[in-house]
Amino acid sequence: MNKFKETSFKSVTYLASLFTIVFLFAIILSIFYEGIPIFKHVSLIKFLTSPSWHPTHFPPDFGILSLIAGSFLVTLGALIISIPLGLGSAIYISELAGPTSKEILKPVIELLASIPSVVYGLFGMAFLSPLLIKIFHVPTGLNIFSASIILGIMVVPIISSMSEDALSTVPKSLREASLALGANKWETIIRVVVPAAKSGIFSSIILGFGRAIGETMVVLMVAGGAAQIPKGLFQPVRPMPAAIAAEMGETVIGSPHFHALYGISIILFTVTFISILITEFIVHRRKK
Amino acid sequence: MKIFRSVSVLILLLFSATCTRVENKLKIAGSTTVLPIVQAAAEVYMEQHPQVSISVRGGGSSIGIKSIIGRIVDLGSASRQINEREMKLIAAQEKNLQAFPIARDALTIIVHPDNPVLNLTTGQLRLIYTGELHNWQQLGGPNLTIIPISRDVSSGSFEVFNHFILDSLSVASGAMVLASNNAVATTVSYTPGAIGYVGYGYAHEQVKIITLDGIRPQAESIISGDYPLSRQLYIYTPDKPEQLASDFIAFLLSEEGQNIVTQQGFIKLHQTEPANE
Repeated sequence: MNKFKETSFKSVTYLASLFTIVFLFAIILSIFYEGIPIFKHVSLIKFLTSPSWHPTHFPPDFGILSLIAGSFLVTLGALIISIPLGLGSAIYISELAGPTSKEILKPVIELLASIPSVVYGLFGMAFLSPLLIKIFHVPTGLNIFSASIILGIMVVPIISSMSEDALSTVPKSLREASLALGANKWETIIRVVVPAAKSGIFSSIILGFGRAIGETMVVLMVAGGAAQIPKGLFQPVRPMPAAIAAEMGETVIGSPHFHALYGISIILFTVTFISILITEFIVHRRKK
Repeated sequence: MKIFRSVSVLILLLFSATCTRVENKLKIAGSTTVLPIVQAAAEVYMEQHPQVSISVRGGGSSIGIKSIIGRIVDLGSASRQINEREMKLIAAQEKNLQAFPIARDALTIIVHPDNPVLNLTTGQLRLIYTGELHNWQQLGGPNLTIIPISRDVSSGSFEVFNHFILDSLSVASGAMVLASNNAVATTVSYTPGAIGYVGYGYAHEQVKIITLDGIRPQAESIISGDYPLSRQLYIYTPDKPEQLASDFIAFLLSEEGQNIVTQQGFIKLHQTEPANE
């Protein structure tokens, strides 16, 4: 009887893991199956390098360079904001905070991760954007800058909690050795602890990058939606996920526009896939 | 055995419960312009008929029409008529649709309340959206960059605007693209240089309506069609709608339903024209 229980438990969990793999492959297959036909209408080079995105026009233009530029600029901005904040809070929590402030800070930062992205979007649209107009007198409050701030705040908990994990696994003996050699606390953290945890910190940043570039709701609501190569920080852009979300409802299934949106998903998938591959590689190397 | 019996009873109960519920359910999706009317009407209707449940969703006119062609919903709302592409789709699937105009509306051009510009011509509006006019100074306003706000391609408002104003020229790539009427109205209300187009019912007091070719959108000019961007709002049904769907449309067209149209800031139909198509 016990053995029966054991095998049935094993097969149930095995099936569960099998299902996730099946879903993953079904999704990958479908985006490639629906996305590749766009290259019958436009060459891959032109698809990637033309900034002109007029999918409903006659004749249509399927160039996604402006969408790619929008995605990368907004993500870069998010990382510029979230790396210092995330890493700073991780160092404070792991190395400097007393037990009480640690117990308050850690869950509060993790709480940031539990806020639905539509709420972040709403906050950006209704609060941050009017504020930017008042402070900087910019023509529009929905732009690269505001989207970067909101995305940056969203990414902070990922970088913070993963870096904090990495910092706290640095053996105590390293810190003690550094202090014993006469280094003060600041020098110990910067010269010894952070370098020892650098692969964990780096992979947290890559994961944060993946989160920011794939985030849809926030960029749909806050980035402004203009399919252009921006000339400044305060110009609206249309990142790739926003284009997919805003336009998929209109397309006729099987039309070039439909395949083009899937083509964008291939690009997006490839980028996040590579970023996850890099993290896996780093984590793996660290374990060796 | 006992377990088996109780389970089968439970399944039967669930089954009968879903059966009775299905008849009184109405699903509506489509235009964000029509949304407030349908939403308010659904609330009143459900209050009067407690056994009925109506779910209302936005998404855009294209989504409304596509959903009704695919029979995913019972009623599809749209702020425009069916276009050629959709006609082909309907013909291919051998499905027919019926259109019921339920209210009148005008695409209303709105700017920030502090903007002194009072009137634009359709030509000027085109030049703004195609990116040839950049500054309000060129239109007799202050030295302020023009921020044109457009809608995404699944919006019926965009198609109407595209057809009557842009004449199928491209919107400038620098124009902002937002996903709903409300997003446009909110953004215009706090962006000094912005200009946008929304359904008449969304032009609230925090934005300024400007006249188009000298004509102000209001009941008379919308009904007479003098205002260049006048249009009707539609509910689409299958050619043979369910009883409940017909009842709900009858309610929308009744005096009570038409009063809701007015309450939401849109214009009554007056039921002079027969249904198109």
